Amino acid sequence: MHRPLSDTEQVSMLEAMQLIRRHEERLAELQAAGRAAGTCTAVGQEAAAVGVVHALGADDLILTNHRSAGHLLARGADPGRLIAEILGRSTGYCKGKSGSLHVSARELGIVLTSTIVGGELSLAPGVALAQRMQGRPGVVACFFGDGAACEGIFHEALNLAVVWKLPVLFVCENNQWQAYVHRKETMPQDHVRPWAAAHGLPAVVVDGNDVEAVHAAARHAVDTIRVQGGPCFIEAVTYRLRGHFEPDDQGYVDADELTAWKSRDPIQLLARRLIDRGVLSEGEWAHVRQRVEATLDAAFAFAEASPFPSADELITDVYA
Amino acid sequence: MHTMTVNQAIASALAEEMRRDERVLMFGEGVATKRADLMQEFGAERVRNTPLAEAIIAGTAAGAAAMGLRPVVDLLFAPFMTLAMDALVNSAGKLRYLSGGQFSFPMVALAHTGAGWGVGAQHNHNLEALFVHAPGLKVVMPSTADDFKGLLKSAIRDDNPVIFFIDLALGEAAGPVPAGDHLVPIGQSVVRRAGCDVTLVSYAKTVGHCLRAAESLAQRGISAEVLDLRSLKPLDEAGLLASVRKTGRLVVVHEASRTCGVGAEIAALVVERAFPLLKAPVVRLTGPDAPAPSSRPLEQAFVPQAPAIEQAVLALLREPALS
Ligand SMILES: Cc1ncc(C[n+]2csc(CCOP(=O)(O)OP(=O)(O)O)c2C)c(N)n1
Repeated sequence: MHRPLSDTEQVSMLEAMQLIRRHEERLAELQAAGRAAGTCTAVGQEAAAVGVVHALGADDLILTNHRSAGHLLARGADPGRLIAEILGRSTGYCKGKSGSLHVSARELGIVLTSTIVGGELSLAPGVALAQRMQGRPGVVACFFGDGAACEGIFHEALNLAVVWKLPVLFVCENNQWQAYVHRKETMPQDHVRPWAAAHGLPAVVVDGNDVEAVHAAARHAVDTIRVQGGPCFIEAVTYRLRGHFEPDDQGYVDADELTAWKSRDPIQLLARRLIDRGVLSEGEWAHVRQRVEATLDAAFAFAEASPFPSADELITDVYA
Repeated sequence: MHTMTVNQAIASALAEEMRRDERVLMFGEGVATKRADLMQEFGAERVRNTPLAEAIIAGTAAGAAAMGLRPVVDLLFAPFMTLAMDALVNSAGKLRYLSGGQFSFPMVALAHTGAGWGVGAQHNHNLEALFVHAPGLKVVMPSTADDFKGLLKSAIRDDNPVIFFIDLALGEAAGPVPAGDHLVPIGQSVVRRAGCDVTLVSYAKTVGHCLRAAESLAQRGISAEVLDLRSLKPLDEAGLLASVRKTGRLVVVHEASRTCGVGAEIAALVVERAFPLLKAPVVRLTGPDAPAPSSRPLEQAFVPQAPAIEQAVLALLREPALS
């Protein structure tokens, strides 16, 4: 077993979660003001992102999807370059060619973000195969939603990863929503885990709003993959607190369900826990939040001051 | 020079490239079973059987390519590529661009295409235009053993995703193949027969049909030039235009259906770039806009044959000049 997270680690995870939250909220504000294209936020899912990503080492790789800001920021992405990418500026991670949906950052080990639902699942076995065959130690964490788990490629990917014993950590962020459709309408059971488990790999469900629980499960899974070689599966049960694609009035959302999940906000849960344990004072927590705002002030300023790509960029990077 | 069949040329290209570069690996449904010699020489790590799941075969190739391997996947029959379309079109074709050039996708997807087996439309469909239309991909479709070997080796060394179509009817066709490290560059057409009255442009098995038509046209004193495109994307515009400028007449021949086919692109290109030199309208001879039948005579009638090409040329030469 691992040693428990230190106080400092927990505070820094709290700060990472707050950074993700405020990044997305501020982006949504910008969007509402007509200054940014629509985006998919993952407000409410910060614990899943931070819990898993903080369990990865420098050699490990990440594949993600359309709700990637949390994964990127948890991995240490520069908020300025991330926002610049989302705003289509040439200083962004992908020179402004990705926008918010397909941001990858090779230097951070964030490879191959796909916005085709399930696309990242199709790529993950190959990335892991390359790790294995080239003798690199890194595990490949692949984030996807419950909606992606309803795509056939989910089964193809898990099956191949098991058969070929590939080092993939499949992370299903079950946020209850599949765009505008509630998971209950499309899945006979509450969880994706039984489908995963049927493929014969270690598969667990974890409270996706409890960052400590997610982190413990992820550390255990990563260790298992390193020792046993084959893949593992984690289902983080969480909730998408904002709409599918900004702007979204969430008119289709059950108000009671939303309220119930808001009362389990992962950031408040962790902050409260740290304050109750005497690890963090109210004043220190306020200070963390101020620091996050200052970081984001600078990041948004950098991004908005950055130039758009020139029209010549339209046809560069098509072929290698 | 050795004489070998197209299938042997493919096998020798695969073996040579796997020997040359340890990043090259091959997988697909039954690949390790059917290519026992590769399996024996390179081992189970680099020659792999997969589940019957085209989407994950192609996706795995794209992921592996992005991270430094050079996979060759065999998708068996071109129609099965529709199940692999997401990975080929949306991942391999687009993620280099979307990532601002951070990743490249050096992979090859092989598939058999075309008439010759009598198995009907779900195993016989010329899908090349779909892939030509998708950005970020290259598409090759050779006609001789020599080109199969040289283009496959180039495709494996290319840093981009290459869709490599194997016309089923050509598998046992034999021809001379240069010895040694024989490479044919992707994107260059070749004049298979020189002529001055009309250009017949084609690729894959219909190149042979054009050559036969040209031969019998020659007996009537008509000199037809036969241009084998070999590569559909990138397309050798210069080679195509040079030939049409010389002859002033163009017949495009392919087995794939007509609407939005490769022939339409070629016709448009020639009209845009060489219109003043055209002595007659451009003619397309293609398969119909219909699924391929299985009955052998119908299957053969699907494909433009030499007599039809000859007739088209004769009709064209009777056409008055454009202006
Ligand atoms: C193949 C495909 N189908 C549909 C969409 C449109 N779409 C984008 S996100 C989304 C919902 C995906 O749900 P889920 O996988 O649960 O992830 P979440 O958005 O909840 O994080 C849909 C349907 C898409 N991008 N790709």
